[in-house]
Amino acid sequence: MDYIYHLSRIMDAIAGWLNGFLPDWLDIIVLGLIGVVGVLAFVVPSLMVLIYIERKLIGRFQIRTGLMRVGPHGVLQPVADAIKVLTKESMTPDKADKTVFNLAPVIALAPALMVWAVLPFAKDLHFTDLNIGILYVVSISTLTIIGAFMAGWSSNNKFALLGAMRTVAQMVSYEVPLVLSLIGVVLVTGSLSLVSIVDRQTVPFLLLQPVGFLIYFISALAELNRAPMDLMEAESEIIAGYHTEYSGFKFAIYYLAEYTHALAMAAMVSSVFLGGWNLFGGWFSGSFIPQYIWFALKVYFIFAVLVWIRATVPRMRVDQLMGFAWKTLLPIALANVFLTGLGILVFPDNDLLLAVFGWLPIPVGLLWLRFKPGAVERGGREAVVRSEYQPTLAK
Amino acid sequence: MYGIGIAKGMLLVLQHLFRKPITIQYPDERLETPRRVRGNELVWLEERCAGCDYCAKACPHGVIRIKTSPAADGSNRRHVDEFEINTGRCMFCGLCVEACPFLALYLGSRFELARYTQEELIMNKERLVANAKLVSAYDRPDALSVERDQGLLPSGKETR
Repeated sequence: MDYIYHLSRIMDAIAGWLNGFLPDWLDIIVLGLIGVVGVLAFVVPSLMVLIYIERKLIGRFQIRTGLMRVGPHGVLQPVADAIKVLTKESMTPDKADKTVFNLAPVIALAPALMVWAVLPFAKDLHFTDLNIGILYVVSISTLTIIGAFMAGWSSNNKFALLGAMRTVAQMVSYEVPLVLSLIGVVLVTGSLSLVSIVDRQTVPFLLLQPVGFLIYFISALAELNRAPMDLMEAESEIIAGYHTEYSGFKFAIYYLAEYTHALAMAAMVSSVFLGGWNLFGGWFSGSFIPQYIWFALKVYFIFAVLVWIRATVPRMRVDQLMGFAWKTLLPIALANVFLTGLGILVFPDNDLLLAVFGWLPIPVGLLWLRFKPGAVERGGREAVVRSEYQPTLAK
Repeated sequence: MYGIGIAKGMLLVLQHLFRKPITIQYPDERLETPRRVRGNELVWLEERCAGCDYCAKACPHGVIRIKTSPAADGSNRRHVDEFEINTGRCMFCGLCVEACPFLALYLGSRFELARYTQEELIMNKERLVANAKLVSAYDRPDALSVERDQGLLPSGKETR
């Protein structure tokens, strides 16, 4: 019974047993494989559940029933989707660059799965505890951009290339506020390791770094190419952007990659800002519900918030997107880093006073938004001064 | 205050979660068609028709074909030999219904009348006579029955 609450002990028991008769190198490989299976045992069924949750929740947010047909209340829909996507023909365009075309989905999926290696599911239940965890996560998740670009370039399709260029521009420009918002958290913790970040959160960093949370959340939305920032793959805009030419199983890999990446981002948000398996210093974590269940609940909750935003907010135009990243999020993230650093310098250990410094960027951000140079209208574009405007007259 | 609009919108959408969905699961449940619906069929009442040809003349496409012969008793109400409406070509504009002075032609209230061949869509006299005459009150206030409920709104009540 105790093992349900402390899955890490099962792992230790297996490791101890294997240590007895395997040489060291084989030991590492076998334990690694078991760890991978353990992590994927959470990720892969979650994907099936996520596909269902997203469509059902979006239906409920739109006052309709969502999925109802396949199986009772639509629960077998992911199975139907999988069968459909497996039985479709994966066509390769005639003049497409075959190697790059076939490799691109894999490069899009692999980083999303690799992020799961450093996330702590419960106390001592993580695949590995890299002491550069945040750096690893951010740099690995940047590789998905290459996957997207490869897809657009090799498709031999001008619209796919256009979509890919825009996708890359969007993803790269939202990386900057993403990383900067995480730096605030790293300053408070003093370590890049995700395990120590989760351990540090007697008070969730949501309360200590609200601006960091908001900026990370919005940048994650843009990284995932979803919700208000899905111009690049919305059917009414550009058919499907960089994955227009993909069908069948290759498209399935992109589909999975998108959801895996969304799940990974949700897991990052819940680990770094909501406390992961930790809740107010382990107050709940020793209770009836095991720690990894708390973690899963938080991840699914964040995903539900992502779906909620998708159901509410209309799509942003591409120039509004880029302007928002560079002119709004980046300065506010910089202010957040500066003020958090100031707080750490002055009060390194006091959570309450750190929280004061964490909430200070909010008035700073509001002042920036109000008085930022060059933004005359709310949309942020510079208005042409009336006296200089020469209308084009018909000849 | 920046962002308040989005927050208010998200709160509203959250309230949608707690409302009963308004979806009707189509083949299992159906909505009752409104009383004055312009349905996908035409209902012809043979006893009232005088063969006056007003409907055929009013039709913009000429989908109604009428063939009559003189009445047995010499009155003006001719005997209708053939009365054919090509519902495949009809656009259900209702001009024929408005034109009929004898209230012999009504628009129907059914809409699930798709067929696999075009020949089945041509309603000749036998088919029109054998039709289940579910009339709609389009331009025919006499067909309004007070008991039949609207049904398209969640509460089932008609709005004025």
